[in-house]
Amino acid sequence: MTEAKRVPAIEGWYTMDQAQPHLLGSRCTSCGTYFFPKQKQFCRNPACEGTAFDDVPLSRTGRIWSYTNASYQPPEPYVSPDPFVPFAIAAVELEKERMIVLGQVVSGTGVEKLRVGMPMELVLETLHKEGETDKVIWKWKPLAGARS
Amino acid sequence: MSGEVAILGVGMHPWGKWGRNFVEYGVHAARAALADSGVRWQDVQFISGAATMRCGYPGYVAGATFAQALGWQGAQVNTSYAACASGSQALAAARSKILSGECEVALVIGSDTTPKGFLAPAKGYRPDDPDWVRFYMGITNPTYFALYARRRMDLYGATEQDFAAIKVKSAEHGSANPNARYRKKFTMEEVLGSNMVADPLRLFEVCATSDGAAAIVISSLEYARKIGRAKAVRVAAISTVTPRFASSEVEMPDIATDSAAVVEGHSFRASIARKAYEEAGLGPEDVSAAEVYDLASPMELDWCEYLGLCKPGEAEALLRSGATRIGGRIPVNPSGGLACFGEAVPAQALAQVCELTWQLRGEAGPRQVQGAKVGITANQGLFGHASSVIVKR
Repeated sequence: MTEAKRVPAIEGWYTMDQAQPHLLGSRCTSCGTYFFPKQKQFCRNPACEGTAFDDVPLSRTGRIWSYTNASYQPPEPYVSPDPFVPFAIAAVELEKERMIVLGQVVSGTGVEKLRVGMPMELVLETLHKEGETDKVIWKWKPLAGARS
Repeated sequence: MSGEVAILGVGMHPWGKWGRNFVEYGVHAARAALADSGVRWQDVQFISGAATMRCGYPGYVAGATFAQALGWQGAQVNTSYAACASGSQALAAARSKILSGECEVALVIGSDTTPKGFLAPAKGYRPDDPDWVRFYMGITNPTYFALYARRRMDLYGATEQDFAAIKVKSAEHGSANPNARYRKKFTMEEVLGSNMVADPLRLFEVCATSDGAAAIVISSLEYARKIGRAKAVRVAAISTVTPRFASSEVEMPDIATDSAAVVEGHSFRASIARKAYEEAGLGPEDVSAAEVYDLASPMELDWCEYLGLCKPGEAEALLRSGATRIGGRIPVNPSGGLACFGEAVPAQALAQVCELTWQLRGEAGPRQVQGAKVGITANQGLFGHASSVIVKR
């Protein structure tokens, strides 16, 4: 059996490094504010008129701000497996960037295993299949060995 | 205060899933508001419509659409769109016209016909649109409501029973409201027995989408005096502020918040009522009743805090004390709220003002808040829109 081809579900938003993936943000070279998704044209800090940005990998760990799940199949453009499998969703606060980023939680981890403040890390997992191709997205996973 | 205008008339078309043209509901609400005001349509100098995005071109130009339906009479016209806060912006436009002296009396209308099922984004591969991205990742509207509810459980000890109790309370309030779509009373068992949608949110705690309309006739205080309505309820403030960078709370439909690494973080929702209170020269202690934006029942708790009705983390205690039910110290959603109405986007911010007007006049019948003198609304639309209106007598 040949291995499925892995491609990003959303191009350019994260590295495809399976072991240590990062979200890819940008940082204003004038005021230092981080942006995700990337901001390229103009800084949104009202006190800054910056127009130059560095691409930066964001912290790949953070703490849960809150969490929930999808018990019902979401509408398109979400592509559901058949039958639909409920999944958890977490909003994770990155300490250095002081930013909350939403994402699905890895499959197999339900809300009963989550808690506000819990440390999480970024991983890559299949969002959906397209033929033989795996469309890969970032997901949040409880940080191995850590206790909140 | 010089910044006030008089509410001469209010009217609604009952909320429901009628499946008819939005113009029909809008005209019905407008005629009800005009009849209530004693002002003839021919005497209205400014018509301000809240737009709907789901009913084609007539919806984009709702102000003119309603003017034509009521019969062209040469009034000046405006249409406002600000997602769920559209009604307040249409009201704000009318108030500005009056306060600037450009006109004396104005009619404000919001009306909608909604499709069945989930409100899904436009088709195609569109990663530049945050609304598309979050749906692609399976993040629907209830996700956002649930994140706030769950956070309250972990931080403040909110329980599933608290959330269900809010629905039971809203349903009881709304059961006496002839304009509400859902007038059935609910038991705790029924709410807690309904399916989980987005943990901890259950089906009966998430609002539906509805057809409905609301309309308001406002005028200068001088015009109100002239027609013998000097004691009419007044609009004391309309807040339509944008967020302040860094907006540090999770906001639908964004996948990430602003970064507060360089600039201090701000709560958008907390800033909305602050502006309204400042403009009205009033504070939370003056409020007799509040109409808040309960897309999901637990959100009422957050709004109680954002409106300053209690301190952060104390909304559960406020709820459990019975203060927020009719007869309590500070009734919240005496109309029944979105739990009983469902969303009719351009109409709902106006419907909140209609309800508070009836409350302040003492015309709310079985759902009357005794001695109501000041009312405040809270409402929020996608992409940095929100509103809070303060009415007083």
